Amino acid sequence: MAEMAIKKKRPKNLDLPTIRLPLPGILSIIHRISGAALFLLLPFLLWLFESSLTSAETFASFKAVVDHGLVKIILLGLIWFYMHHFCAGIRYLLLDVDIGVDLKEAILSSKIVFGVSIALTLIVGVQVLW
Amino acid sequence: MVNRILVGAHYGLKDWVIQRATAIVMAVYTVIFLVVIGSVGPDSLESWRGVFAGGFMRFATFLFFVSVFYHAWIGIRDIWMDYIKPDGIRLLLMVATATVLVGYAGWAIRILWRT
Ligand code: HEM
Repeated sequence: MAEMAIKKKRPKNLDLPTIRLPLPGILSIIHRISGAALFLLLPFLLWLFESSLTSAETFASFKAVVDHGLVKIILLGLIWFYMHHFCAGIRYLLLDVDIGVDLKEAILSSKIVFGVSIALTLIVGVQVLW
Repeated sequence: MVNRILVGAHYGLKDWVIQRATAIVMAVYTVIFLVVIGSVGPDSLESWRGVFAGGFMRFATFLFFVSVFYHAWIGIRDIWMDYIKPDGIRLLLMVATATVLVGYAGWAIRILWRT
């Protein structure tokens, strides 16, 4: 049964510019990208953490790196990734226990995730980077 | 004959639960961390070290790191399983992922218990 349904020819739309991913879909893909990016940058983050704690010299190099304009931008992006992954993650946990599952709520909660994570990024980013 | 499937989406519920449990640990720690750096940022070495010298923050940070590494293991492995189809490359990437994460765990312990 299931196989028959899958083998049936379905209409395809691969005209990418006309495909519009709904907001929860965008949230989801950024959640995956942010998780992967955080993983890839773990050595950099651990190095920052280590130098911020080890000695006066390493603390000075930590400060110098974090004071660099380009690094600040990267860290701000990373903070946004973290905040998005954090907020979207909590949304997934709520979905797992059946909170906010219907479409209207799912779209609303996606908007909340984007709003809250961007607000948190600005607050925390400004606080720790500038 | 043993027919164990070594690669594939057959790990199941246990990992799903662990990914959620670690997510909750990290979420709670994130709130604690934000509150802490709201008052003590990395402004001077002494005060910043003071934050992690206390037993509670040191242990909470350790728990956070362990959660990050286990959570990232499950998450990244899922990503490899979604996009990398050839078994050999997939297995290689999974082994590499697990290896670096175990290394990071050792590194994190060293950072937290040296200071
Ligand atoms: C407050 C912190 C965090 C929370 C609440 C959280 C929550 C979650 C949740 C609920 C999932 C499962 C999503 C799903 O099954 O669709 C997930 C996936 C994932 N997380 Fe996290 N996470 C956090 C931090 C992190 C960190 C620090 C990393 C990386 C170092 C990370 C990497 C990943 C990856 C790679 C995935 C898999 C993504 C996917 O399959 O699309 N997470 N996270």
